[in-house]
Amino acid sequence: MSAFQPATFSIIEPSSLQTVIDKLKALGYATVGPTVKEGVIVGGPINSVEDLPRGWTDFQDAACYRLVERQDRALFGYVLGPQSWKKYVYPPRLNLWRVAQREGRQEIDAASSNHERVAFIGVRSCEIQALRILDAVLAQGDYIDADYRARRRDNFIVAVNCVEPGGTCFCSSLGTGPSARDGFDLALTEVCQPGEHFMLVQSGSERGTELLKGVAVTPAADEQVTRAQTLLEQAAGRMGRRLDPTDLKPLLYRNAENRYWEQVGKRCLACANCTLVCPTCFCMTVEDVTDLTGTQAARTRRWDSCFNEAYSYIHGGCVRTSPSARYRHWISHKLGTWQDQFGMIGCVGCGRCITWCPVGIDITEEIGAIRAGEQASKETVSAKE
Amino acid sequence: MYMANAAELIPADATPGDMVPQPYTITAQRKDTYDTFTLDMVVGDGKPVMAFAPGQFNMLYAFGVGEVPISISGDPTTNDRLVQTVREVGSVTSALRRLRKGDTVGVRGPFGTAWPVKEAEGSDLVILAGGIGIAPLRPVIYSALKRRRKFGRFVIMYGSRTPHDLLYYRELQQWKARYDIEVEITVDRAIGPWRGNVGVVTTLVPRVKFDPLSAIVMVCGPEIMMRFGIMELRRANVPEDNIYISMERNMKCGCGLCGHCQCGPLFVCKDGPVFRYLQMKRLLNIREI
Amino acid sequence: MQDLGPYLKEHKFLQGMTDEHIELIVGCASNVKFDPGEYVCREGQEADRFYFIRQGRLALQLMTHDRGAMTIQTVNPGDVLGWSWLIPPYVWHFDCKAVELTRAIALDGTCIRDKCEKDHHLGYEVMKRFAHVMVERLLATRLQLLDVYGKRS
Repeated sequence: MSAFQPATFSIIEPSSLQTVIDKLKALGYATVGPTVKEGVIVGGPINSVEDLPRGWTDFQDAACYRLVERQDRALFGYVLGPQSWKKYVYPPRLNLWRVAQREGRQEIDAASSNHERVAFIGVRSCEIQALRILDAVLAQGDYIDADYRARRRDNFIVAVNCVEPGGTCFCSSLGTGPSARDGFDLALTEVCQPGEHFMLVQSGSERGTELLKGVAVTPAADEQVTRAQTLLEQAAGRMGRRLDPTDLKPLLYRNAENRYWEQVGKRCLACANCTLVCPTCFCMTVEDVTDLTGTQAARTRRWDSCFNEAYSYIHGGCVRTSPSARYRHWISHKLGTWQDQFGMIGCVGCGRCITWCPVGIDITEEIGAIRAGEQASKETVSAKE
Repeated sequence: MYMANAAELIPADATPGDMVPQPYTITAQRKDTYDTFTLDMVVGDGKPVMAFAPGQFNMLYAFGVGEVPISISGDPTTNDRLVQTVREVGSVTSALRRLRKGDTVGVRGPFGTAWPVKEAEGSDLVILAGGIGIAPLRPVIYSALKRRRKFGRFVIMYGSRTPHDLLYYRELQQWKARYDIEVEITVDRAIGPWRGNVGVVTTLVPRVKFDPLSAIVMVCGPEIMMRFGIMELRRANVPEDNIYISMERNMKCGCGLCGHCQCGPLFVCKDGPVFRYLQMKRLLNIREI
Repeated sequence: MQDLGPYLKEHKFLQGMTDEHIELIVGCASNVKFDPGEYVCREGQEADRFYFIRQGRLALQLMTHDRGAMTIQTVNPGDVLGWSWLIPPYVWHFDCKAVELTRAIALDGTCIRDKCEKDHHLGYEVMKRFAHVMVERLLATRLQLLDVYGKRS
């Protein structure tokens, strides 16, 4: 790998961004990215720069999501919709294999793993981290998900750094944003303020550098680079939420039997929204079906959620029947046991679970409550002494 | 470090957890009790069946119905057939029970961790089993008997609900008749002609002879039985370090990808199903974990 | 009665008792034997004894109207049989049948109760030990009750 200059910033115009998209398509990539659909920003095909949510921003809070028109024409003036890139690399429904029973023998036909290469346009830093986490879970253990590996192999990533954090974001608490340090082929930083609108582009790989050749870009002035970096630093300090990651694992282990989870359980509907929108949740189940003649059968993989009651079913009953036990499991896994399993925290601070929880349960608040509860007991004890 | 390409992160020779079963053919189907049966299977063309370590399990697929994790209960030192004892508790196991000689079973595996048979060499080997829990331990017994002299005392304690529920009864009687194994069998309740011991299996612990300080004890059965059994073993001064258990949880993949079998930080399919008691000690007593 | 003293002094049930207390108990002890099939006690009968089993095997049974005698527990050498003598109304709560030739030390319950009334220290020591026996039975019974091997619907 030859060295390239990571800190070389250029200015890219929206029309040049179109060239990037066209070049990617010419290379055989399916280009996907954020689009506005039914009042929400979701992933869809991006054939033109105009497919992007230009001039939109998202207002997000616990149990609240609204698309609001901006005063300007920023291309990336929002943060995250309910869907993560997970749906492209780990599809919600996947045919695994078919089997036919012929003359007492079974012949199995595994589904082929031929996938088109996908280029992601507009990946936030937290989402890059989420993909990294999924890589660790699905492709670096003793058994790997071959379909995931095939889909991830040729991802082209055009990242977007966040100059305006979202209402439920807390990436800076976890060190996963707001700007991407690596893990991308190209990274864009859009500065859209009264009186100025420009987009910086930076290459993060040989592929990225290669792609930029023949794309009309102009060198960025130092002042422009500084401007962008200042905005990113400010964004880090303006996050909608905060989560102290210190000692999260021992905290959650210590509090496995804290009665507080029962209170959360009273609010939680076990609707599984949080696991559906989470970019790192990977739990799945399989469905075995057969046709009416009983000679053909097939297996499909589909997303599952630890909030489903049957998730923990073993003959005779479920291990986690109460919503509070299921919530405790989810949060303890995401922030605690994930570390023992995979060597990192499973959460990237994207805030989707807060936004899309219908009752507004906030993962950062729940951790705060547990911490506060411990602090209060400590103070009671020392007051007594 | 700049890594945009996931290919750099993923080892080239990693094993795909591809969820595709291998067809095995049933050569024999034996009824063990009114709800438990044993399948002997071969892979076809005279090929040797999978090698496995005692304690490991397979995901068995019943055509069109689904899969279940079942511990392998045969002899790990031979490879002429795959033996699995199954208890009928749901739709998949019912479907497996309807299969006969010549039918096909889909098999994925072997998965999971193994009983520490090698580590037990030089010590007393103690088995405490309840109900179907004797099935995952039978490979240990076969294995140890092939190398009997490597172990000190060999004690098997087995309990089940009623005399009708005792598994492998004839084999247990054969082992009981040997002078170099102590076999104690009990049932929770009995009527009629049963003249053996009546009482929960934990009551056998104070009555058998082994060196508590050095013995390796392997416990398998319903979770409550294992918890009470371990209490008895601790009362007999068996160090926590020397106790091993086998756990069970919902499994969809068997290889650490579906998430269902988690118990705390541990995946029962890949960190287990055989665990050191110390790994599970805290978790066994947390409700709904 | 004298020759039972050394045996009782070594018995794990009486471990920790003073020699004087053990002598008091020896005073109520006698050697007994049951042939296979012989009933040691029957449900409803006056309970005036308990036993330290030395050798053999007994079955604790309850008679049911539809399934005959159900064995609920096996009593083995080293076990203590009988607590009904200690708690009013002093009647046996089950049948007990010797399955094999059984030798035991029988202890006269009335005799021991009287001695316990007179010497409360002795009473406490006896109560402590029986409480332990009963708790063990209770835990074992609970485990039986849970029917852990049974299929849950």
